Formats: sequence, C-alpha cells, structure tokens
Amino acid sequence: MVEAFFIYFALMVVFCSVMVVSRKNPVHSVLWMLVMFFHVAGLYLMLNAEFLAATQIIVYAGAILVLFLFVIMLLNLKEEIATEHSVGGWPGGLALAVSFLLFALLAFTGFTVKASGKWSIQEVSRLTHTKALGKVLYTEYLFPFEVASVILLVAIVGAVVLAKKKLKS
Amino acid sequence: MNMPDLQPLMPEIVFLGLALFVLLAELFIKSKETIGLMVIVSVAATAYMIPQSFGVTFSGMFISDGYSSFFKFIFLLNLILTILISIQYIQIERAEFGEYYTVLMFSTLGMMIMASAGDLIVLYLGLELMALSTYILAGFIRHDARSTESALKYFLLGAFSSAILLYGIMLLYGLTGTTDIMKLSSLLMKNGMRLQSIFAIVMVMVAFGFKIALVPFHMWAPDVYEGAPTSITAFMSVGPKAAGFAVIGRVFLTGLEGFSADWRLLLVVLSIATMAVGNIIAIQQHNLKRMLAYSSIAHAGYAVLGVIAGNTEGLSATMNYLLIYAFMNIGAFSVLVLLRNEQERIETLEQIKGLARNHPFASALMLIFMFSLTGIPPTAGFVGKFFLFRALVYSGYTWLAVVAVVFSAISAYFYLRVVMYMYMYEPEEGVTQDISTAAPLGLALLITSLMVIAIGIYPEPFVNFARLVVG
Amino acid sequence: MSILEAIFQPGWVDTALKVGIIVVKILVLIAVVMFHVAYATYFERKVIGRMQVRMGPMEVGPHGLLQPIADMLKLFFKEDIIPEKADKPIFYIAPIISLASAMSALAVIPFYKDFMVANINIGLLFVLAMSSLASYGIVLSGWASNSKYAFLGGLRSSAQVISYEIALGLSLVGVMMMSGSLNLNEIVKAQAAYPTGFYAIPQILGFFVFVVAAIAETNRAPFDLPEAESELVAGYFVEYSGMRFALFYAAEYIGMILMGCIASACYLGGWTVPWYLIKILPFLKYVPGIVWFVGKVYFIVFCYYWIRATLPRYRYDQLMSIGWKLLIPLALLNILITGILKVIF
Repeated sequence: MVEAFFIYFALMVVFCSVMVVSRKNPVHSVLWMLVMFFHVAGLYLMLNAEFLAATQIIVYAGAILVLFLFVIMLLNLKEEIATEHSVGGWPGGLALAVSFLLFALLAFTGFTVKASGKWSIQEVSRLTHTKALGKVLYTEYLFPFEVASVILLVAIVGAVVLAKKKLKS
Repeated sequence: MNMPDLQPLMPEIVFLGLALFVLLAELFIKSKETIGLMVIVSVAATAYMIPQSFGVTFSGMFISDGYSSFFKFIFLLNLILTILISIQYIQIERAEFGEYYTVLMFSTLGMMIMASAGDLIVLYLGLELMALSTYILAGFIRHDARSTESALKYFLLGAFSSAILLYGIMLLYGLTGTTDIMKLSSLLMKNGMRLQSIFAIVMVMVAFGFKIALVPFHMWAPDVYEGAPTSITAFMSVGPKAAGFAVIGRVFLTGLEGFSADWRLLLVVLSIATMAVGNIIAIQQHNLKRMLAYSSIAHAGYAVLGVIAGNTEGLSATMNYLLIYAFMNIGAFSVLVLLRNEQERIETLEQIKGLARNHPFASALMLIFMFSLTGIPPTAGFVGKFFLFRALVYSGYTWLAVVAVVFSAISAYFYLRVVMYMYMYEPEEGVTQDISTAAPLGLALLITSLMVIAIGIYPEPFVNFARLVVG
Repeated sequence: MSILEAIFQPGWVDTALKVGIIVVKILVLIAVVMFHVAYATYFERKVIGRMQVRMGPMEVGPHGLLQPIADMLKLFFKEDIIPEKADKPIFYIAPIISLASAMSALAVIPFYKDFMVANINIGLLFVLAMSSLASYGIVLSGWASNSKYAFLGGLRSSAQVISYEIALGLSLVGVMMMSGSLNLNEIVKAQAAYPTGFYAIPQILGFFVFVVAAIAETNRAPFDLPEAESELVAGYFVEYSGMRFALFYAAEYIGMILMGCIASACYLGGWTVPWYLIKILPFLKYVPGIVWFVGKVYFIVFCYYWIRATLPRYRYDQLMSIGWKLLIPLALLNILITGILKVIF
C-alpha cells in the first residue's frame, strides 16, 4: 500500500517535470510545476515530514510560483520565444542528461543507511514533526539557521536596491 | 539548555552586528565618506577579534584556526581596498546607494563563514551569502545595461553551480551519512565505494571551479567582470576567488584527503586548461577589464598549483599568492577606476594610448602592477609565483612547473602591451584622459603599490607567516 | 507483495469502513456548507438591504426565502459562454481550483469536539496552504479569459492575496505559540483551559490583524478591489457565466465561512464556552458545542456584511501599504510580545 503511493508520487514528479520543460506555453509549464510540487509534498508526507510538506506548498506553490506566474503574465509570454541555440542542440543535451542520470544512479548504489540516532521515526511522530524539526533547528543547526536568515536579509536589501530605489540623475 | 561556545564566532558576530548598524546608519548619514569610514572601523574591530577567536564550536560546524584567519585577513583587506576605491567611483557612476557598503560587508561575512566552515551545510550557506551579495553588487549600476546583464549572467551561472554543489553534497551525505568535513575522508574510505565517491568529488569540484573560474567553468567571468562596476570587479576577482580557495583547501586537503590521487589528477588537468585559456585568450582582448578578467582566470590556474602540491609548503604558497594577487589585482583595477571620469570610461587599449604623457604617475603605477601580474622581479608577483613553482617542484611536479612558467612567459605579451600603449604611443584625438582626484583612491593606490614592491623586495615575513599559519 | 494483495489484506473491511466514514463525513460537510453558501447570499442581501433601509429580496417565497434556490436554478440553466480567444483548459480549471482549495481547507476545521474530516497535526498550516492556492484560481481565470478587465482584476487580486497571506499567517503564529500546537482541535482545547476561555483577549493584536487580513484575503469590501465594479466591471471573473460563475461565487462565500471558522476556532474558543459564563449561567452547558461554533461563525460572517455596508472601498496603494506597513509589523510585534510573555510566565 505504502509502496504503491510512493511509486505514484515518484512517477508523477518525473512525469510533471517532463511536462514542465516540454510545454510551449509558459503558463502551462507553471501549472504542471504546481502539480509537481503537490506530489513532492506527498513524498514529504510519506517521510513523516508533514511540516515540510505544508511549507513546501505554502512557500513554493503559494508564493514563489505565483510570482513566476506574475512575471510571465506581465511579459505576456503566450508562446516560448524560440532562439538559436548557442551551444549544441537537444541531442547533445539529452546525451549529457542521460549520462548524468546513469552516473547519479551509480552513485546512489553506494548510499549507506546510518543509524537514526536520537530522532527515530517513532520519536518524531511522538513529538510531531513540527516540534522535532524546531528542536533540531534551534539547537544542533542553530548556526546554519542564523546564516540562512542573513541570506534572506541580503535578498531583501538587494531586491529593494535593485528594484525600488530611485536613481539620482 | 546549554549555550554554544560563541568565542570562535566572535569576529563574525561583531562584523554582522556592525554591518546591520551600517545598514541602519545609512538611513540618517548622507555622507558616503562617513559610511566608508564606519565600514573601515568595523573591519578593524573585526580584524582585532580574529586572533583571539581560535577554537571550534557548534560541534565542529565552525572552525576558527590559523588557516581560516589568514583568509579572513585577505577578505577584510579586500573589503577595505574596495571601499577606498569605491567612494568616489560609485558617485561618478551615479549608483551611490548606501546599501552598497552593507552588501559588500555581507558578502565579506559570507566569505568569512566559508573560510571557517567545518560542515558542508555551513559551507554552502556561506557561499550563498557571499554569492547573493555579489550578484547584487554586479548589477548595482542599474541604468547601465551591461551591469544588469553581468548581474544576470553571474546569477544564472552561480545558481547553476550552487545546484551542482548541492548535488555533490547530497551524494557525499548519502555515501557517508555526515556533512562534517573532518569526518568525510575516513567514512568514505570505510564505505569503499570508490567510483561513487569520485562522482561526488567531481560534482563538488565543478561547483568550486565555477566560483574560482577554472576552465572550462570560466565562461561567465569575462562578461561579468566587464559589465560589473569596476570597483566590484576588483572586489570579486579577489574575494570570492580567495574564498573558493579557502574551501578547496579545507574540503580537498582535509575532507577528501583519502582521494588525493584522484582529485589531484583532475586539478592538474583543470589548471593546465585554465592557464592556457586564460593567458592565450587574454592576448585577443583590447578591453582592459576583459583582459584582466582573463588574467584573473589564468591566475586562478596558478594558484591551484599550490593545492596540487598538497603539502604545507604548497598550501602556504597558494595563500601567499592570493594575498599578493589581492594587492596587485586591486591595484590594477584602482588605476582603471582612477581613469574613470565624468565624461567617459577609459577601458580600452586605444584609450590609454600615450597615457604616460598626460599622467606619468598613474602610468608608473600601472606599470608596477602589470610587471607584478606578469611576475617580473622585484615585484610581489614574482615572489608569489616563485614559491608556488618551488613547492610544485619539491612535490615532484617539475613538468607542471615548467608548463606554468611557459604560460607565464606568454602572459608577458599582453601585460606588457598595456605598458607599451601607455609609453610608446601619442594620445588619440578626442579622448579625455582626466583622472579622478579622490583621496581614498589615492590611499588605496599607495597601499597596493607599496605592498607590491615591499613584498617583492622583502618577502620573508609574509612567507613565514603563511607557513606558520598552515603548519 | 503486489498492490492488490496489499489492499486486500485481512482486515480490509476495517479499512473500507474507515474510508466509508470519511466519505460520508465529506458528503455531509459539502451539503451543509453549500446550503450555508446559498443562504449566506440571501442574508447578505437582506442584511445590507435593511442597513440601507430597503427590504432586500421579497418576491420568491415568503420574505424571499426561496430566492437562493431560484438564483441557483437560473445559473444552472444559463448558457456557458467561453471567450473565443480564451485558453480553454485553464479557463475550465480556474474556478475548480478556487472552489477546491476553499473546500479542502474545511476538512481540518473542528466543528465539534473531535469532529473533523481529517484530524492532522498541521491543521493550521494546511489551512494556510490551501488558502495560498486560492490565488491560483484568481490569477489564472484573469489570464485565461484573455480580457483586459479580467487580467487587471486577476493581477490585483493575486498581489493582494499574497501580501495579506503573510499578515494572516503571522497573526496566527501568536495562537500557535500560546497553544503549542498546529492542530486546530488541540488549539480549541488549549483555549478552554486558558483563564479567559478564548484567545481573542490576550491575542487582541493578532485577532485584529487576522480579521483585517481575512477580509482582504477573501477579496471582500472594503478590500474588494479585484472586483471593483466601477473600474473593472467585475474583475477576474467578468468573462465567466452560468455554472462556472457560480463556482467562483461559491468559492468566495466558502472563503468567508472558512475565515469565520478559523476565527472561531483560533480566537473565539471554537465549540467551547468560557468556564466563567457556565458558572454564571449554568444552563449554558446543555447547549451543544456545535451551536456555539456555528454561532461564532455566523457572527463573523455578519461582521463581514456589516463592514461591507459601512465602509467605502480603499484605493489600491492604500490597500498595499496597510498590508505591508501596518499589518505585518503589527503581527511581528504580536509575535514578539507573545514570545516575551511566554518566557516570563
């Protein structure tokens, strides 16, 4: 039963990704991406990571993708603008992608399973994922977490400077 | 709840606090000189904290040691010099937003975190902080299409390389179950999946190669360096590059030392390609910024040689080289900034024809920096290359040292051509060669030129310092 | 193990029964909510009519009580017009996205003690996730209609919804911090155990931000710029007709009811009554919880009408600056205060 769900989510993620890159109309691409995000959220749910699943939808589907849609609509791109490819055509790209895939699959064969340590699945579901994640983020990973907040600050400052400030001239 | 030990992190915390202070102060203080001074004072305060900060904290995620401190000094120096050359320049370019200084500080903070990263996650976040700030800075002259284009190109390729880096980190994590750089090597060896490990290493190397512009991951560099504001080009040809080397040293020499034969082979190939492409294509360039971009690619190729040597000697030679490169490269860009006047940008060889007639002093400075970049004694560039090549010969790569010397000789052609254009031609009609008279810029030129000559004549303390720090 | 074996394990009857119960719950919920939507439109017209000294609908049935049914029949039999240059698949999907996102958020609302379709740990986040999807229906319908009015309405609306979603989410953080849970059922129980019996009093700042943001989030007056009749005819759904139009309409009213439900569950104590009220009037404890819950929702929805009848529409830049410069800082302040209080007590 669980495997069936996993296979469904995984296949849909792959299928939607292919649809995203193969659509001519950018708005349709965005919609396929939306569907894909839902299935990624489904994969998170299967990992007992319900908080991540919800944030996946709130942040990616609810905010980032809508901004994508905004830009596409403001530019009024009905069809993809076809340009000359500067480097190679699709056969080269495909060959590269396939070889990359093969290497990646090869690399996955070497993955090891480490002992889950303190945060076993039972422990996470007992505490609820949100609490467990919060505990880890604010203790063990406090430093990276704070660095990430500085990155967001820079992004805000940058957006204001590049988009909003009036030029003096 | 136990409080983590913040002592090793103090320089970063102080620096971040001051950066936030500058961000707010900029709202009220309109004088850019004051802001620049505040940044320099912050840097001084931070530099003062660094020697007292040695230690490891956050269970090995953050390492403050001699190695990271040396790099932090390079970053802070880079920041000071950039501030000095920027103050008047960004006014001429009409981009004098106070955020310029804050974003420079954040970028430097990112580099400092990279140099101290003991964990791949921290490394990645530091790298993003640095890169994101640099993308913003590259596009700072908003009304100039070239600047915007350069920011966009830098951003796209940078994001792409970040994705590759994450992929590599993911693979390393999958293979070992840890992101702790110190534990990587032994766990990878224990796992024994050689081919898989090498694939992950290649991913990481490609991403770092993007950051320090190794061929064939250099495509972004010329366009970005040409389009970005000149002061920022100076900044990012030194800082992010040095930061890239800091993490390469940390990840490859400690984290992946078990695979040194494999990544060394890769680096040898990359460095030869980098030196070849950088030096040979630079010959074609008539735009000085573009020429310096290719030169910067070539210099990354030299600096990698020390990592290939792989011992204390080699690593300290690379670090020294980066320090020297900071002085001579920022010096060369400072001369370009000096030549930017209200009417035009003087960037091409044709425009600097006969510069020596009008401005003998500026030309002489350029001459020093060009000599140094070529590696002609008694300048610092010679010292840097000398120690690099020596380390290389001692660790048995004599042939590689010979190749590097050959490319160095080729580079003389385009560096000295600049000198030739300045000294052997008459000025062209209609080119105004007015130069800027800003005092901070003069100070920057003074520091860089003095250091280039001083290190060239008396390299002992610098070389020993780097050795001490690594050993 | 094949998939079929996996499904038809021993004990699959149990599973089927569980699924069956959920399906029944969903059907009941949909029926009740749709009934409410129909009569919400009727009461809106009545309430606003009375406030403007009119009678409101009077013709169909006694006091116009059958008016919603007549409206429904009319919309059902109207021709479904699709603009020739519209992007058809997206034109079809857009109203369904709107309705589905509003409907699915109702799944985690505790109408009565432990009665909810899905009792999940992240209920509140789920609601936020679903309401963030509502902007898709709006922006896509605006774009797919291939009409300037619809397009402008769509852009306005999605910018508005995204902006106010931040304030909405942040205002609820205070509640999450006080109750220590994201599960709406737990939040209501935590309120019942709290001295005041509901969170609206200590969280007054958050409640204020929530109410304002909720009005903007559902595109209701005085923040109904996306459908400003005087400028944009009807906004994003101007090209829709018949059943598809009705779907948008239903989605808007479900959005209102949903916001009422969240306000009721997060700030007003849900199905519970404050203990001191029961102490004063002991007979109140015999009133079933569902009545309290629904009463609170009705009150919020009535406030929606009241505000609509009272306040004029804001200008778009005013709307944006209220959202970003007033509500979000207030919500952050609320989080800060809540955090400090939480540490002290």
